[in-house]
Order: sequence, then C-alpha cells, then structure tokens
Amino acid sequence: MSLSSRSGRPRPLGRSRETVIWYLMRLTGLGLFVLALAHYLILHFLFDPAEQTAAWIIDERWNQLFWRAFDWALLMLVLFHGFMGMRTVINDHVGRPRLRTALLIVLGLLAVTTFVMGTAVVATLPAPGGGSA
Amino acid sequence: MLLRYRGREGMIGWLFHRISGVAIWAFVILHVIDIYLVGGNPDAYDELLAIYASTIGRILEVLLGAALLYHALNGLRIVVLDFWPPLTRYHRALWWAVWVPFLIVGVPVAYQIMAPVFGLPQFELGGGA
Repeated sequence: MSLSSRSGRPRPLGRSRETVIWYLMRLTGLGLFVLALAHYLILHFLFDPAEQTAAWIIDERWNQLFWRAFDWALLMLVLFHGFMGMRTVINDHVGRPRLRTALLIVLGLLAVTTFVMGTAVVATLPAPGGGSA
Repeated sequence: MLLRYRGREGMIGWLFHRISGVAIWAFVILHVIDIYLVGGNPDAYDELLAIYASTIGRILEVLLGAALLYHALNGLRIVVLDFWPPLTRYHRALWWAVWVPFLIVGVPVAYQIMAPVFGLPQFELGGGA
C-alpha cells in the first residue's frame, strides 16, 4: 500500500514520534470537527455576538461546569492541532535553518502562553452560582 | 500562484486548507486573549465585543466561519482518504462534494450573523438575552 497521499501529509514511516503526531493531528481534527463547529454554531447562530458581554459569560455561560469543561477540552484540542499545524507550515516554508529555529522557539513560547492564559481563565473565573452543572 | 502552477482540485484544496488553517490559528490566539480579559479586565472585553458586533466585526466572523467550515469539511476528506486509500480515485469529486454541506450550513449562518446590519429578522432559536 502506498503511503503517498493526494490530500493530506503522507504518514511518516515507522514508529517514530512523527507517526504519533500524524495520527494525533487526525484524531484532534475529528474532535474539533464536532467541538469547534458546535462552539461556532452555538455562539454565532443560536446567540448573537452583541449579547455576549463579560457579565453574560460570567453569569450565564461559565456559570455551568459543563460549558467550562467543553471550552477547556476545545482549547486543548485546538492548541495541539493549531500549533502542530503551524510547526508543519514553518518547516515547509522557512528554508533558512536559523530563522526556522527562531520561529519554532517563538511558536513554542506562544503555545505555552496561550495554554496558561486559557487554562487560568477557565479555572479561576468566579462562578456566581457556585458552578452548578 | 494558482494560475502559474495550474493546480487542479488537489492543489487548490491543499492551498485553501493551509490558508484557512493559519487564519483560524491566528484567531485562536486573539480569542484566548479576549476571553482572558473577561477575568482580567471585563470593561476592556466589553469594548472589544462592541467591535466584534460591528458591521466589520460581523463580516470577519462570517469569514472566520467560512474558514472553519472549509477546514473542517476538507479535513474530514483528508481523514477519509488517508484511512480508505481506494477512495483516492475520487479525491477530486470529494473536494467538490465538500462545497455542498459548506453552502447548506454556511448560507443560513452568514444570514443570521449579517441580518442585524441590514435590519432583517434573525432566526429565533432559543438564544437571545
């Protein structure tokens, strides 16, 4: 069976770390197909952006543990998928080795920063109703 | 670039996937920062929300939705082809098939987001403040 792909990246040969990442990109992609589309449709089709004030998020949306857990799971999937995807983009398009290394370091720092900021706000934002589900 | 390489569906599909992916990634960074403000500086978040809810903000939201929907549907096509290689014979037809759910879902969503700009009625779906 040929491993060349007409659509996505060819699966790396062997049992390397890159093979694991190849599978995880597809797995997180399927998870995001459900979670990211649901998130977008709920907050842009069922609700209008104009009503989503900070008070609404605190009092209504993140007052429910389920939606905090949903959003954190979505954040984990999108950070892995997004930053691993950007790593591929940099490796494909940046030829100069030192620039590539520098960009990959910046990318890694950005990944850690967004992970910390996103996790912090999900975990620490006060819930007026005590976080009932 | 599209014209010079005379790429067909496979190459155009790949290029759209890459552009939409980078655009969504950039928005995710912004989105983590704006949600962080809900805890750190709610007034600043509400000011940013006014931009999101403006006409330009709504146009950008529609474009974000288009990028997200295309990336999701074409990504599903990639997964299908990777795990059922015989279907690769039909990879061009599958790329065109992506646009069917894209339009069926995308057109009503774009209408819903843009309706307030034109004073048109929105679908009533249980949301609403």
